[in-house]
Amino acid sequence: MTEIPEAVRLVWLAAALPLLGFLANGALSLFRPAARRAVTAIGVGTVAAAFAVSVLVAAGLAGSGAHEPVVLTYWSWIPAGDLVLNLAFQVDQLSVVMLLVVTGVGALIHVFSIGYMGEDPGYARYFAYLNLFIFFMLVLVLGSNFPVMFVGWEGVGLCSYLLIGFWFEDKANANAGKKAFIMNRIGDAGFLIAMFLIFRSLGTLEFTEVFRLAPVSFEVGGTLITLITLALFLGCTGKSAQIPLYTWLPDAMAGPTPVSALIHAATMVTAGVYLVARANVLFAMAPISSAVVAGIGALTALFAATIALKQWDIKKVIAYSTVSQLGYMFLGVGVGAYVSGIFHLVTHAFFKALMFLAAGNVIYALHQAYHATHRHEDAQDLRNMGGLHRYMPWTAALMWIGGLANIGLPPFSGFFSKDSILAAAFARGHDAPIFYVFWALGTVGAVFTALYITRLLIYTFHGPNRTGEAERQHLREAPPVMTGPLVILGLGSVFAGVLNLPHVLPAAGWLEHWLEPVTSLGAVFLPEFHLTAGTEWGLLALATAIAVAGIAAAWRLLKPEALVPARQAVPERGIERVLANKYYVDEIYDALIVRPLIWFSERVLWRTVDALLIDGVAVNGMARLTRLFGWIGSRLQTGQVGTYVVLFVLGTLVLLRVMAG
Amino acid sequence: MAGLLEGMGYQTWVLDALLVIPIAGAAVVMLRPEKESKWIALWVTLAEFAASMGMWWSFDPQAGMQFQVVRPWIADWGIFYRLGVDGISLFMVLLTTFTMPLAVLGSWNYIERRERAYYALMLLLTTGMIGVFVALDLFLFYVFWELMLIPMYFIIGVWGGEQRLYAAIKFFIYTFLGSLLMLVAILVAYYLVGRATGEYSFAYDHLLRNAGYLRPAAFWLFAAFALAFAIKVPVFPFHTWLPDAHVEAPTAGSVILAGILLKMGTYGFLRFALPLFPEVALSPSVATLVVVLAIVGIVYGALVAMVQPDFKKLIAYSSVSHLGFVMLGIWALTEQSVQGAIIVMINHGISTGALFFLAGMLYERRHTRAIAEFGGLARVMPGFAAVLTVVALSSIGLPGTNGFVGEFLVLLGTFRTHPIAAAVATTGVIFAAAYLLWALQRVLFESLSKEENRHLPDLSRREVLVLAPLLAMIVWIGVYPAPFLRRIEPATQALITEVRGAASSSAAALLQEASDGN
Repeated sequence: MTEIPEAVRLVWLAAALPLLGFLANGALSLFRPAARRAVTAIGVGTVAAAFAVSVLVAAGLAGSGAHEPVVLTYWSWIPAGDLVLNLAFQVDQLSVVMLLVVTGVGALIHVFSIGYMGEDPGYARYFAYLNLFIFFMLVLVLGSNFPVMFVGWEGVGLCSYLLIGFWFEDKANANAGKKAFIMNRIGDAGFLIAMFLIFRSLGTLEFTEVFRLAPVSFEVGGTLITLITLALFLGCTGKSAQIPLYTWLPDAMAGPTPVSALIHAATMVTAGVYLVARANVLFAMAPISSAVVAGIGALTALFAATIALKQWDIKKVIAYSTVSQLGYMFLGVGVGAYVSGIFHLVTHAFFKALMFLAAGNVIYALHQAYHATHRHEDAQDLRNMGGLHRYMPWTAALMWIGGLANIGLPPFSGFFSKDSILAAAFARGHDAPIFYVFWALGTVGAVFTALYITRLLIYTFHGPNRTGEAERQHLREAPPVMTGPLVILGLGSVFAGVLNLPHVLPAAGWLEHWLEPVTSLGAVFLPEFHLTAGTEWGLLALATAIAVAGIAAAWRLLKPEALVPARQAVPERGIERVLANKYYVDEIYDALIVRPLIWFSERVLWRTVDALLIDGVAVNGMARLTRLFGWIGSRLQTGQVGTYVVLFVLGTLVLLRVMAG
Repeated sequence: MAGLLEGMGYQTWVLDALLVIPIAGAAVVMLRPEKESKWIALWVTLAEFAASMGMWWSFDPQAGMQFQVVRPWIADWGIFYRLGVDGISLFMVLLTTFTMPLAVLGSWNYIERRERAYYALMLLLTTGMIGVFVALDLFLFYVFWELMLIPMYFIIGVWGGEQRLYAAIKFFIYTFLGSLLMLVAILVAYYLVGRATGEYSFAYDHLLRNAGYLRPAAFWLFAAFALAFAIKVPVFPFHTWLPDAHVEAPTAGSVILAGILLKMGTYGFLRFALPLFPEVALSPSVATLVVVLAIVGIVYGALVAMVQPDFKKLIAYSSVSHLGFVMLGIWALTEQSVQGAIIVMINHGISTGALFFLAGMLYERRHTRAIAEFGGLARVMPGFAAVLTVVALSSIGLPGTNGFVGEFLVLLGTFRTHPIAAAVATTGVIFAAAYLLWALQRVLFESLSKEENRHLPDLSRREVLVLAPLLAMIVWIGVYPAPFLRRIEPATQALITEVRGAASSSAAALLQEASDGN
């Protein structure tokens, strides 16, 4: 093995810095909550420094040309019998990509938060949680075995919980946080069972070992590997908000908007995609599971896109868009196009963070306006917006960039990444026609994507303004500390496509080449993706046509002039109503699972089994029975000799009868 | 450090000291004025803890039973004062000595009457508990077992809540019923082995070596031991004394009850029921029954905890769930699962102990345990909120905290021998999140709607002192449990080999007998 470059050894710092930031800011939030400057310096400084370290690490790894992952062991974590479990980080081509995305986008969102959260009384607590999140996210992507990854996996869930419920006085926010944690836990049970299965069959949980042993120990398509990967994927559906565990993500919008951008768009929710890409050899050996991944992904992509069509809350539209885009990523990794999945993860991190932060600017502006006039209106409702491009041109322009990337209009980054996923699905259809169905679902989803994004942009920035007569004077562009990060994300949204251009273009496939040491493990078990240049051009043209047609249709069909402010709006009817209510999935879960479980626990288990049967009848019944015997005994002891004599004679007779018998 | 301790002859006197210090302390408490009681108790328990700490260094994981002391007591009847510690009991002893100073400090303002008697009983209880964990003579073990029962009875019955008498008597009779059966079993075992070997002795070693002679009555003996321990754990459906006792006991009583007394049940299984009667314990019907009851305990405890309106009751039912993990880990009998079970025992002492302390701190402020009486406390008591959140997360088993290490090992190890059972038990982690986060939300979050809660003071310095060591343990065992596992491992390995070997050889012997009979 080649010498480990010094720069790569620094990777522990990338994780340690945000952890330190958390400890310092956590202490400040308890003891000196007003020390905003210190909080800012620590909160933003540690994450920016972590980004700098990440760049060094990435450069070190690239310079070394290492093909094997670099594993850095820090200490023996849980050694028990034949279980060897180290606290160790793994630096390889894949983890480095994630490292850069997490710290890079993370640092930008930290900067943005200075402005957005500037007046919040919980400023220190906010940055403490945000730093802790970066720490756990880095543990997630750097862990060299499943359990260390799981530390990060549940740790980010914790931060998500804390930040969704950041404004915890409102019961709805606290509920949303709890819902997110519990739904994630359902998925995590799958992750745990997958680990148990792996350890039971391979005796190790280290990535390098598992991926080395899997091909020689498991039968391709066998029951065991299928179970393992399905259990892992259950974990992914929780963390990455896929059917059936997606409903927590839209509710998670209750948290501050930068949190939505960082955790619920750019980083945490993509952890499931990372997991599948990380364990690509396992999924490649389990074609049924991979098809399930692709199918669920495609279905979620379409399903969430339809809901996004009728949401009025600006953040909810983007949230469902995130669910939908995550679906595309799973479609990618499910068809075996691991690079495409990661590629879309990267571009999505840029454009979706941009969308959210721009939405944050809009909400911030409306909030300030309503605050100035003391009116209580919904600052997130599209019906209260309109024409905002006149007041916040930067935000409008940047959000259009994010939106076009999200739609997948060439040459924006999303175009290339989404196209490469759909092209791969199409290519797989040649061998297994079911993939044509998934491709079709994804393609229809793309039409809806163009529609709902354009609707969002038009209702927000164009047409007449519906914020209110008095409020209009107070609408302002966000300060530079908030628009600055957006500009950088905008650049990423435009240009990140060059990371992995399609094969028919020059300088194609850079990311594919970079990730090759990681994806080559699974590639052995996958059919060759082959598309003729003609087909590839055809698919590119189709994707372009869909984007253009979707935007044009929305532009022609939607009438922002006809909208009225949220307060005066009439409720939807028919299918629109079903969409606006998200197909009533929350209500269905509540009626089928939550309520029956609570009823069962309280009425049946507690009141009946525990209190009545076990404690009442058995335990206290036994006590009462004892008392009864005592009472009978005391009755017998009458003190009258006559009674004693009668009983004595009777007893003797019975005894004699028994002994004679 | 180990060398220094050896120079002091530490190994030879430490167990004596651990038993004598608290009793002597109790005597001092009785002799001194009432206002000094808690101070004396604090210093005595701290001295006890300091004395026990040497075991961390001088314990040799490979050396089996150590720190041994043997003195004749009633030698004619084969009763000896026989003590010793191995990797299974080491942390039970340390957990006890670690918990007691905190329990004293946690009682500081809570106990306002008859302080002298209270603190004397606490010290007496300490001796009883340590004795249970270090006794290597079954008669002596029984004496300690009963010894700790009596102070606890009074602590609940005198200083408890409104229903304290009902709870205390229920606790006493229930536990006593089990321990009487155990006494009968101990005596029968003594006679059976004595008659066969000619040496009548209650020595653990002696009985263990000759456990083969117990076979004719093994099932009933095991049943008697198992019932006594199952009540103590408590295993479903013998658990209903627990919520009452927990709720009615004063804070420190609940902490000790949950933190230490419950461990005596699982410790008893590990030390006596399993090694003495392996062929019964591992027979398919018994093993299946225990595993099923363990799983029922995990899921049932969690679901019932979820709907409790009383904070202490919620914690009590969560204990049923956690102890289910311990039972499951013990019966799965793999290296990971048994080590995990012991770690869960330690963790439960720390996390549930901390939860009871926190519940007690709320009670001292508001004189209620009803969850519905709180809400929004994070706004007025941010320090309390931070601690409660960390402790709850540890109880949920969040990775990075101690809770994860134990549950993960139990489930990972159990999955190797009982995959379905482990998979079902895994759902327990979901329910744990549900009941604790829901409680957290109703206590700490949402709006500060109750007027009485608006001006609650945050943690006092004394309260911080109680909680800080527990928090430190939560993080330490979560992040770096290796020093604990290293000390536990050889003893559990020996236990597993012994039990598995004995079970299979006795099965072979049975087969042999059967074929001889033909």
